Amino acid sequence: MAARHIPREGETRIPSGCAIAGIMDRSGARHDGTDILKSIALMHDRSNGLGGGFAAYGIYPDYADLYAFHIMYESREARAATEAYLEHYYLCEKQERVPTEDHPAIKNPPDIWRYFMAPHPMRLAASGLDEAEYTMRHVFHINGAVDGAFVASSGKNMGVFKGVGYPEDIGEFYRIADYDAWAWTAHGRFPTNTPGWWGGAHPFTLLNWSIVHNGEISSYDANRRYVEQFGYDCELQTDTEVITYLFDLLARRHGLSQEMAAHIMAAPSWRAIDAMAPENAAFETALRTVYASALVNGPFSIILGSEEGLLALNDRLKLRALMAAEKGPVVYLASEQAAIQVVCPDAENVRSIEGGVPFVVQLDAVARRKQEEAAENRAVRDWPLEHEVGVQPRRRREA
Amino acid sequence: MIETIEIEVTAVAVTGAEPPAAEPPTATRAEVALGLSHFKEANERVRAALARADEVAVTDAHAQRYLGCALPAGKRLAIGGTPGNDLGCYLDGGAIEVFGDGQDQVGNTMNAGSITIHGRCGDAAGYALRGGTILVRDECGWRAGIHMKEYERKRPALVIGGDAGAFLGEYMAGGVIVLGGEPGPYVGSGMHGGVIYLRRPLAADAVTSGLVQAPATEEDVPGLAELIGAYNEAFAGEGPPLPAPDGGWWCLRPASARPYGSLYAH
Amino acid sequence: MMDCVLPRYKVLRDHDQCTDCGLCARTCANGVYRRPREGGPIAINSKRCVNCQRCVVFCPAEALAVTAWPQVGTGSANWTLEAMQDIARQAQTGGVLLSSMGNPKPYHVYWDHLLLNASQVTNPSIDPLREPMETRVFLGSRPEIPKVNERERRVVEPLPPQLKLDVPLMFSAMSFGSISLNAQKALALAARELGTFFNVGEGGMHRDLEPFAHCAFAQVASGRFGVDAHYLNTAAAIEIKIGQGAKPGIGGHLPGEKISGEVSRTRMIPEGSDAISPAPHHDIYSIEDLRQLVFSIKEATGYRKPVAVKIAAVHNAAAIASGMARTGADIIVVDGFRGGTGAAPKRIRDAVGIPVELALAAIDQRLRDEGIRSTVSLVASGSIRNAADVVRAIALGADACSIGSAALIAMGCHQCGDCSSGRCNWGIATQRPALTERLDPEEAAERVVNLVRGWTLELQEMMGGMGINAVDSLRGNRLMLRGVGLNEKELEILGVKYAGE
Repeated sequence: MAARHIPREGETRIPSGCAIAGIMDRSGARHDGTDILKSIALMHDRSNGLGGGFAAYGIYPDYADLYAFHIMYESREARAATEAYLEHYYLCEKQERVPTEDHPAIKNPPDIWRYFMAPHPMRLAASGLDEAEYTMRHVFHINGAVDGAFVASSGKNMGVFKGVGYPEDIGEFYRIADYDAWAWTAHGRFPTNTPGWWGGAHPFTLLNWSIVHNGEISSYDANRRYVEQFGYDCELQTDTEVITYLFDLLARRHGLSQEMAAHIMAAPSWRAIDAMAPENAAFETALRTVYASALVNGPFSIILGSEEGLLALNDRLKLRALMAAEKGPVVYLASEQAAIQVVCPDAENVRSIEGGVPFVVQLDAVARRKQEEAAENRAVRDWPLEHEVGVQPRRRREA
Repeated sequence: MIETIEIEVTAVAVTGAEPPAAEPPTATRAEVALGLSHFKEANERVRAALARADEVAVTDAHAQRYLGCALPAGKRLAIGGTPGNDLGCYLDGGAIEVFGDGQDQVGNTMNAGSITIHGRCGDAAGYALRGGTILVRDECGWRAGIHMKEYERKRPALVIGGDAGAFLGEYMAGGVIVLGGEPGPYVGSGMHGGVIYLRRPLAADAVTSGLVQAPATEEDVPGLAELIGAYNEAFAGEGPPLPAPDGGWWCLRPASARPYGSLYAH
Repeated sequence: MMDCVLPRYKVLRDHDQCTDCGLCARTCANGVYRRPREGGPIAINSKRCVNCQRCVVFCPAEALAVTAWPQVGTGSANWTLEAMQDIARQAQTGGVLLSSMGNPKPYHVYWDHLLLNASQVTNPSIDPLREPMETRVFLGSRPEIPKVNERERRVVEPLPPQLKLDVPLMFSAMSFGSISLNAQKALALAARELGTFFNVGEGGMHRDLEPFAHCAFAQVASGRFGVDAHYLNTAAAIEIKIGQGAKPGIGGHLPGEKISGEVSRTRMIPEGSDAISPAPHHDIYSIEDLRQLVFSIKEATGYRKPVAVKIAAVHNAAAIASGMARTGADIIVVDGFRGGTGAAPKRIRDAVGIPVELALAAIDQRLRDEGIRSTVSLVASGSIRNAADVVRAIALGADACSIGSAALIAMGCHQCGDCSSGRCNWGIATQRPALTERLDPEEAAERVVNLVRGWTLELQEMMGGMGINAVDSLRGNRLMLRGVGLNEKELEILGVKYAGE
């Protein structure tokens, strides 16, 4: 009897529950993946073994200016097609298989490669896009159009290690103890059916963004139909995907700070706004009016990773738990307090992240730089494009 | 590993008209170290130890769930480390003491007995609490005491020394909550029974509709005294005690037991 | 000439119950009941009955009932009694058949084929009575990317003017002339009480309504009745009426009988003359002309008021709406073929226009395809009958809904469809003082407020059930709907999956 095809992420919407954790050193000092692995392993029972993954920032200092693509292939043809495509649009400094270790609990892993690349200067200039938009579109193309290939991460000096299995097993499979990062996030998944597809595991990434997410949002379709207006393909039909796109839209494209983007997504209630002083109320009302469809509703706690640091956010009704603690420059986040204490028994200031209030952990260097920056947002489309290579013919001199 | 240790066990106070948990001081005590063991194995070991001794010291707890689940009267757990979610769920008369913080759903659907936490606890502590007492020294998360209820002689109590998150006592149908710190917003939303004692009155627009706020009166003193006394005794020397019952407490009570009587068109 | 038109209704009196109080004769403005001069029982002329049910409701003995004229139809499934009677009427008059209210034909009521979601397990439902549940919406245009100063927490470029609605529901345009001043006052009072808006319709704003102007839409229709600078500037917003769901493509016609002194003064036309609204605005023959009109209004009002544009739901509504969004319209209002009217030719009412559900879904999707949905507001109307319809409309993409017939029914309208005669026994669709005084604006307003309050509570219950605590997260959230009893094409246009998927 022919096996029934179980629809995978993207063919249908698969809700799931989970565990999340994050560890970051604000000073930028790098640590290996042992602690994050221990932290997420403790929350074993929040997952069901059908997905686990890690995001790591600062792991490729030697290639810091190049895009590090982690790509999973289900077949040799998929790899050939993808590499041919990438060769056309990127210059590749180095490509290699991601080192992995056989693990009894990890079955049928895909072929996982990484590529350190820069956009092809001529093609980038001809596209009329900046390199982030350029890369985003090519990632969408590979994920959507090349069968059997999936880009797991596409940021600079960061990478995602994920697959089908308990996170602690996935972490051992990818040997995350061999990587040093200034920030780690981790995710253990509890999906409601069994697609067995590695691309569906979390974290979800886009460029330098990574998101680990616990919960299911009820505003999903309202959010999806908002971001899809601006060219984001919600291929996977997951909440995590749409939340990542909202951050990319608000923070990268519209030029708002990550904290403001998070604030918009978990906007204060009208009751709270009505009680504010008039200028503040007018500001919050304007934001809610313009960004009504970016409001994220339903239970969620997320940890967003980027080149700036980590940002944790709980929904306005705080329906999911997320705990934070510190020890010196290191900040710990986890769905359960004990997952922090198992790696840092003397962690200080253990507290819960409040509902609707962004918890921002920036690299000290980034925080200093932000002080100098302008307070007004500047949309990406208002920035002049500066390409190395000018392909237009020189302007004719006036007679 | 079972050791025989001579210790003195103080009986833990319970509130209301319930008979006190009959606990003669016992000479035998067992110890179970949990480490990173899975909750199923951990609870099996704890239950095995409880079969042999009336008091078990659980050490090195790391988020194991359901510790003390349905613990009956006469049994006691003393826990070190961080116990996991649903600590003391369906507690049936036993006593649990945590020397550290609790996580979420402490005392979930608890029927009788006591839980004492020398630290903070997470969200939804005492969900559907029906009897017994929960004492938390420091702050608690959101939705503490949600849907507590009382029936006949069962009158449960939840005493929090620190601040509470939002929705304290949501849908409360009976019992007593005593809060030493500041409450979050939406206190007692949907409350239709019981009483919440606060240190300071809420601003008028923060009093959820359907609730009545008033200073504590003479009638409140005996019950409040018993709970304040239990808290101060349990956490003596660990932090500031709760003020005496005549020290300016305020109480919140529902205006009616049928807050939604006029909501429907028949 | 031979009169083949049969009565439609038969009035039945239960003689055991009837106390002969004569209330029916005093109450019926259609002349159904007559106490003979010589005394004796009240005579009934069923041919005049329009089944407005005023006498039935008010009879103290509950002795009256109206039934269908007991004449079995001949003909066939297509030559129905109604089809033949229409011909008889036209044979006798040579005229256009007139009718009122919205399309009564049994086309799909798509609302009834859309089922709502509720959250379980993977996502909790939210308690509407105990947790904050937000029904506030703002209508107006807004930028795709705002310019904000984060440190000072202010918006650098102020937003265009917005209307604040505490509930996603407002009252549709109904002109003074088509309905009584008392009925308009009731809507005005209700709008103010509820924190929403009513619409004075194309008949101008009576001076008694000026105290409510801050919650009024002033309508600018093709006849430009009562439109002057004062009118435009007193209202909270202006609505350009291009079309109306019940009669797309044709103008309005208020018969001279309904042009009383007050109506004539408010519309600024002579008493007793017909009030004709032309079919198109005679300064809008192409989309760029609409832009010109929109900006003429904005200039006249100092850019202080949102300008809405109302269209009937027709075949290319999506393309029209997309064009409208680019003309500077702040709010797009689409009215489906079941929307009511005081008078429309029967053939137009029954055969022209499409259901608002399909039009709304198509317009919302088209605007998103073009990346402009977030910059305008979209309001849907055309037979919103209950709170579930409101939820469905918002899930399909509407920012808010507008109710007309439902508000009138709350005031006492029984949908007899005889509005064009001007003899409305409920005091709604009439100008006769003896009838309009039957409608007490305060009491009628209270009934409308009750209706909207009840719907708001139900709306909150349904949103909570879906795990949503703000209307913003329901807007365009098609995954909250599933279709049942619909074919593939209908599902595709509505953008919803089938129940079970």
